[in-house]
This record gives sequence, structure tokens and C-alpha cells, in this order.
Amino acid sequence: MLRYILRRLAWSIPTLLIVTFLVYLALRIGTDPVASYKRVNPRATRAKVAEYIDVNGLDPNFVQGYFKWLKNFVTGEWPRSIKGRREVWPALKDAMANTLRLGTAATVVGIFFGLIAGVLAALRPGGKRDVFINTSAFVGISVPPFISAIMFQLLFAVYWQKWFGESLFPTSGVYPAGHTGFDLFLMLKFMALPTLVVAIQIIATYSRYMRSSLLDVLNSDYMRTARSKGISERRVLVKHGMRNALIPVVTIAALDVGSIVGGLIITENIFSYPGMGLYFLKSFGEGDFPLLMPWMVVIVASVLFFNLIADISYAWLDPRIRLD
Amino acid sequence: MTEKVLEIRDLHVTFDTPSGPLEAVRGVDLDVSSGELLGVVGESGSGKSVTFLATMGLLPARARVTGSVILAGEQLIGASAKQLRSVRGRLLSMIFQDPLSALNPVHRIGDQISEMLRSHQNLSARDAEKRAIELLDIVGIPQPGDRARQYPHEFSGGMRQRVVIAIAIANNPKVLIADEPTTALDVTVQAQILEVIERVQERFGTAVVLITHDLGVIARVADRVNVMYAGRNVEQGTIDSLFDHPSHPYTRGLLASLPRPGKQRLKPITGFPPNMLNPPSGCAFHTRCEFAADICKEDLPDLVSFGDLETACVRARELPKSESFS
Repeated sequence: MLRYILRRLAWSIPTLLIVTFLVYLALRIGTDPVASYKRVNPRATRAKVAEYIDVNGLDPNFVQGYFKWLKNFVTGEWPRSIKGRREVWPALKDAMANTLRLGTAATVVGIFFGLIAGVLAALRPGGKRDVFINTSAFVGISVPPFISAIMFQLLFAVYWQKWFGESLFPTSGVYPAGHTGFDLFLMLKFMALPTLVVAIQIIATYSRYMRSSLLDVLNSDYMRTARSKGISERRVLVKHGMRNALIPVVTIAALDVGSIVGGLIITENIFSYPGMGLYFLKSFGEGDFPLLMPWMVVIVASVLFFNLIADISYAWLDPRIRLD
Repeated sequence: MTEKVLEIRDLHVTFDTPSGPLEAVRGVDLDVSSGELLGVVGESGSGKSVTFLATMGLLPARARVTGSVILAGEQLIGASAKQLRSVRGRLLSMIFQDPLSALNPVHRIGDQISEMLRSHQNLSARDAEKRAIELLDIVGIPQPGDRARQYPHEFSGGMRQRVVIAIAIANNPKVLIADEPTTALDVTVQAQILEVIERVQERFGTAVVLITHDLGVIARVADRVNVMYAGRNVEQGTIDSLFDHPSHPYTRGLLASLPRPGKQRLKPITGFPPNMLNPPSGCAFHTRCEFAADICKEDLPDLVSFGDLETACVRARELPKSESFS
């Protein structure tokens, strides 16, 4: 197992190199980083532009340029952003922390309630409860986050204020303007609506996954064997049913978490929530190559990492899968 | 006669289907005596599996079961879920058809046996594990200590069926129901599994109900046979009398359709099994019976003694004597 993990980690290095090279190519071909720089800094001298090209590895030769960028990236000589010459790492770090906070909260809440809903639906397929959960799940999946987000903002902020004199949840940011320091309660209040929007999507999707997975398992012969032993229905369900039904769901969950690190672009945008998604939108809008490349590296690394987690959890849950 | 351990009386099982109620079992009477090996034969859809799944209380909730099933003095039809659970696995246990899917893939073999032991006996985890290894040894699994720590996918089909048997006999049940235990297996493995079942029966005095559509298997191991057709018993008796001079036309047809040395062509029963959504009136076999008369369409015949057999055929006495198949 340990050898497998080490080998997978070693393999992720060439993967990262290849993918970042492709991303580098895409940004070079799809946007023009040098033109963006000149547009943002119209009075930059010729020497400044040359320096910008040099530190970012924007040579006319893509391969040469990529390796120059790579060398600077690995040695920590990260170029500053084109607008305001900000340092990239602090901005990226904050965005990651904010997205991880929102993503973790929404995933935990979403998967927890999603699994419960899925189990409840699968226990009596075709029953009233099943129909209710299924219908709700379809509504949850069908309503896009940009609709639900705005509806929640209207309900909990705008109308709430009209009815009760004060809004229940704030609609944007992480803290009120001018706030400094850490305040858990305030932070949770600001996170409530975006978390709700994302969690609804996750609940809807995972209740469907869990329902179909558990239904498959409930119809299998070993459930009948378990029942024929005369053990309690609860034990049959938990020990024999859930363990098997969770195998595919856990694997999907690990992969999904990997992609959440990329930010919840729509939700973060609507709630002006300064996470990875908003970071990307802003820097891409300005063609800010120094901000974009490290963001891409983080995304690729997290997808690779959670793929590994998915494989490990798969082998851990299912003895038929062997990693070597 | 020896003591009856299982008495089934007038058992009916009806499923509600989208096309209307389907009565899969239509009044089965059946006795199992302690220590005997009763064969139950019939084609697919004759209700043989459903009869015993109903006995185990393992049918889905949409099945309606009426009648009486008395196991060692306890009425099982209408019993509470708790009562049924206490019987299942302790007095009555079951071996299923497909050993490849009957074991839970994510639990160790030893744990799956221990679970059966500990659900009915007050055993420590260690004692249960020890007993599980003994059981694996009894059903003929080599190196039982190592094998107990393995998972089902590390076993072959025949070995898995042995494990299923080990689970079923763990609490030394009074009745062991084997629902086509050899159908999914190789012919060579089939013989081994039957041997294991016979050995268990002799060693523990367990009554065994062997459900099968393979008359060859019945001939090899059964003491008595019960033939089912369209959800009813049509004939029952000792293995010798049934093979020697079967009385019911369906039994005759079954035996005549068996391949035998010196026989050039197989002689099938004409026609098809009845549609159970709308079974034929009277004796369900009359549509395919070469001896059918008008009376067969009217009366639903019950089992009546006929020589040393019990036969559900109104014309049993009038029919010509059958050839011997023994």
C-alpha cells in the first residue's frame, strides 16, 4: 500500500509537468499575456516589458519559455501580478483558505444529508417518501446555483429586512467591510447562504447516487443470506448493505472534492466570496498571467491528489480491489 | 414414522403484480421428518422455491402468505418479525442457488460464519472464530484457519458453496433447506457438494429439504420425493416407490424425459408450463396430460393415498401402470 502511494505520488510529477505545460500553451495561445501587461500598464517602459517577459517565461519559443517559467516557479521566484504588482502567494493562499472553508462546509453538510435522504428513499422504493425525496432531488439538481443563490439573497436578506426590519444573513463577502481579526460566529453567518446553495446541489446529487447504489445492494443475494441468519434488520442494513453501497459513493465523493478546490465559480461570484473561483474570474478577466499559472498548478495538484484518495478509499472499502 | 419437524398445511402465496394477483403457491401440504432427506422437484415456476422462502419468512413484503407452517411446534405464519428472526438460522436455515453472490464480498469468511454463530449463541468473538474454523473443516475446506481470514473472492464456486453450507449448519438447525445448491456448479463439483450435504445430514441428524429440478440428484441422495407442478404437490412418496412405478402423469412424463442408456431420443412433456397469472381450471396439468379427461378440468385434486404413493390425480386408479424407472 505504502509503495503504491509513493509510486503514485512520484508519477504525479510528470503528470503535473505535462498538464502545466498544456495550460501554459493554452494561456499563451488563447490570450496574449504581453498585450495584457501593456494594456494594464500603458506607461511601462520597453525595459519593464522585457523584464516582464523574462520573469514569466514568455519567450517566443514556447518550450524554452515554459522551462524558464518552471524554474522561476519551483525556486519560488514568483513574478508579481500585472496590476498593482501584488505578491501572488498571499492572494492565492487566502483564496484557497476561503474556498476550502466553503467547500468543506458544503460538502460535509451536503454528503451527510444526501446519504441519509438516499437511504430513506431506497428503503421503500416507489413509496411516498421515495417519491418526495426523488422529486426534491430533481428540483435541486435542476435549479442552477445562479437562480437559487439569488432567490436566497432575496428571501433571507432583501425581504427579511422588509418584513422583520433586519436581514437574516448577509449576502456578500466573508466579513463586513473594515472587519479585522477572526470571528467564528460572524464568519459562519456570512458563509451560511453560499454554503446552502452549494449544499443543496450536493444533497440532490448524492441522494440519487446513494439511492441507486443501495437499491442495487438491497436486491443482491448476500442480503438474503444475511437475513436468513436471523440477525436484526438494522444490522443487515448497516453491516451488509451500507458497507457495500458506500463503495461507489465514496469514490465519487473523493473525486468531487478534488474539483471543488477549483472554486465554486458561480456561487462565489454571486456572493462576492473571495475564493478560488472569484480569484480565477478576476485574474482571467485581466489576463493576469502571473496570477493564473500558480492557480492552475494548485487545481491540477488537487485533482491528482484526490484521485489518489479516491483509489485508496476504494481499495480500503473493497477487499477485491488490490493496489499494486 | 419418525417425528415431524416441519409441517406445512394449505400454504398459499400470492404476489401482487402489475398484471394482477399471481398465486405462485396454491395450497401445498408437506411434511419433513427429523433426519430425513426430502427432495422437492418441479420445473421453474412450480413454486418450489417460493414455498420454502415463505417458510423462512424471506419473501418480500408484497407477497401474501396464508396457511400454516409449524416448525418444531412453533407456528411461523403470522409470527412476529422477532420470533421469525429467532427461528431463522437457529432451527431453520437455507443454502442458496448461486454461491458466487450469496456471500458478502466485503467481509471475511470467518466473520460471516461467526456472525451466524453469535446471533443465536452467547459466544465470545474468539470462541466464535474457533468454531467457525471447525465448521470450515467439517465442510471440507483445507487449511481452514488461513481460509477463515480470506474474502469470498479468494474462493472458487464450489468452495464458496461449502462456506454457505458451513454458515447454514453453524447453529445445528433442525431443518436445512437447500435451494438448488448445485445448479450453478460444475458437474464434478456438484457431486462433492451433495456429499457434504449428506455428511452433514448423517453427522448432525439434520433434516434436509433439497429443492432441485434435477431428478438425477434426487435419485442419488433423497429418501422421499415431493413433486410440484403449478404451485401444488402432485405426488409424493419414497424414492424407491416413485421411481419404480410413478403414478401421476406429470411424474411419469418427468421420468420418461430423462436420458437413459440405450434410449435414442428423449421424450419431452409436450406443451409449456402454465401461465400462473391465469392457471388452467381443475388439475393444472390437464392441458399437457396424455390421460386428460373432462373431469380433470373441473376438480382440483388433492393428494390421496395410492399404493405406497400419495397422488393428486383423480384418474390415478384408472390409468395403466407405468413402466419402472429405477
